[in-house]
Amino acid sequence: MNIFCAGINHRTAHLDVRERFAVRDSEIVEILDRLRTIDGVSGAVMLSTCNRVELYASSLCPLRALEGFRSILSDRSGVEAPLYHHTTPQAVRHLFRVASGLDSMVIGETEILGQVKKAYSVSADIGAATRPLHRLFQHAFRVAKSVRSETQITSGPTSVGSVAVELASKIFGSLEGRRIMILGAGEVSERTARSLQSRGVRSVIVSNRNYDRAAKLAAEIGGMALHFDHWEKACGDIEILISSTGAPHAILTPEKVAPLMKGRRGVPLFVIDLAVPRDADPAINELDGVFLYDIDSLQQIAAESMNVRLLEVDRCESLIEEHVGGFLGWLASINARSSGRVRHAS
Amino acid sequence: MERLALLAATLCYLFSFGYTLFALGAGRFRPGRFNFLAMALGAAAQSWFLSMRGAAEHACPIGSLPEVLIFLSWSIALIYLVIGPAYRISLMGAFTAPLVLLLQIIALLLPEAGVPAFFRPNPWVQTHAALSIVAFGSFGLACVAGLMFLVQEGQLKSRHPAPIYHHLPPISILSEATLRLIWTGFFLLTLSFASGLLAHLSVSGGKFGFSLMIWLLYAAILMAAKKGSLTGRRFAMASAAAFLFSMLLLPIIEHLSTHTTS
Repeated sequence: MNIFCAGINHRTAHLDVRERFAVRDSEIVEILDRLRTIDGVSGAVMLSTCNRVELYASSLCPLRALEGFRSILSDRSGVEAPLYHHTTPQAVRHLFRVASGLDSMVIGETEILGQVKKAYSVSADIGAATRPLHRLFQHAFRVAKSVRSETQITSGPTSVGSVAVELASKIFGSLEGRRIMILGAGEVSERTARSLQSRGVRSVIVSNRNYDRAAKLAAEIGGMALHFDHWEKACGDIEILISSTGAPHAILTPEKVAPLMKGRRGVPLFVIDLAVPRDADPAINELDGVFLYDIDSLQQIAAESMNVRLLEVDRCESLIEEHVGGFLGWLASINARSSGRVRHAS
Repeated sequence: MERLALLAATLCYLFSFGYTLFALGAGRFRPGRFNFLAMALGAAAQSWFLSMRGAAEHACPIGSLPEVLIFLSWSIALIYLVIGPAYRISLMGAFTAPLVLLLQIIALLLPEAGVPAFFRPNPWVQTHAALSIVAFGSFGLACVAGLMFLVQEGQLKSRHPAPIYHHLPPISILSEATLRLIWTGFFLLTLSFASGLLAHLSVSGGKFGFSLMIWLLYAAILMAAKKGSLTGRRFAMASAAAFLFSMLLLPIIEHLSTHTTS
């Protein structure tokens, strides 16, 4: 019995290509049923995410599994699928790397583990996962857990939005019910605000020199627009201020911010300055209770986190290699037992 | 045997502190495991010592400065064991361990003193003394939370946080923990004063003045926090400074206590 894997991912195919072969959740069961009718394929698990479409199968004849999978994908999209494929032991190693986030676009991201678990669960529910696949996936979950807990591969945030969320969490604890203000309706501000909203931020005030743009962005993110002349008055009620105006000089100066801080009863103010040239005078960071981060410092933290993750890759690979050895030992033992039974029967 | 219990407690706290430093240095710190266990073992060893000493004296073992320091470090460790997991305050053990370790070491180095006779007959006196030491334990842990706040705030202000930043709790949680601990300590200290009154305890003007000074200091901090006139940073600094000031006064108060009869 072989473990076989085939698919396309962000490394081998551009988004234009991947989206042609994307498989919706509702289609997976049907595809799994078709795959199981291929001669020599005993079990299959299909993983479909925005970055990959992959088949993991237990098969006596990997070549047939590959051709069958290619034909299914090509039939759906009308073009030939540019598939990579692996057999044991590389297929095992590949799944362990995928589950651990080493094969992801952002190394160490953890969302993929949930997606792998879901893919396995769908297959198990319809009886498409054979004993080697059950064992393989259970082992992959253990590998991912071990890689996460024994290395720093998931350490730190790796995008401006996630850095902002982490910093806000380190200042305010839970972001549930916190209020933010966006000064200047820029794209990065919007993304950052959305990241914060996803963590429970309650209300968003958008203020822009052009009120219509503020109203448009406010409508998109479920916030409230405010005339630019009034932003200072509303500052007393917010905890996070995201600024990205096109002002040629600093609009957040110690002279403006210090009086605002007096009426806040000790509640900190987190200022995220995404503008170039900067909207905030660096001196406001010296004020008690004010935490200022500009685009450079946010990007630097993200880059440092990514460096830490990259430095951990070798340790992760070693851990994975140990687990690959463990799984292959088990696979060899069941293969030996089944060939013994075949010999005995003949 | 008593000495053995004390040494065991000291070693546990030393391990807790040393291990956390090592784990942080190696970048493999995972909160809430080893240092919590070591702190729990340290507190258990101290409980063993205090129970032996209490049984021997037929009184709460707080009759000499070394005993007071051990009782105080035991209180700090116990309060940490209760609130650490409840607040999920990672690394608090690492900050608490050096404080309890320091108190333990001072207690071990100080010469043993006799037990004052007035402790034995009056349970209100013992309640008064024990409550005030537990109150100081709560203030001690508030000081620890305040110091953690200052470290984390410094990391956030620096804009290039070091790895320790990931292991420290949010400053708002630390501020809240500090406030609750000061309220707890203040409540216990007030109860302690009340039990002193019930005991008809006759104290020297100096002891009364110093004790009142500490009570007023914490009352002022709490009032300022309630009015919102202290920023997080100033509140943390005040909690740390107030505890250090109390610790400087503690030997004087203890000296005045043991040289005053009821």
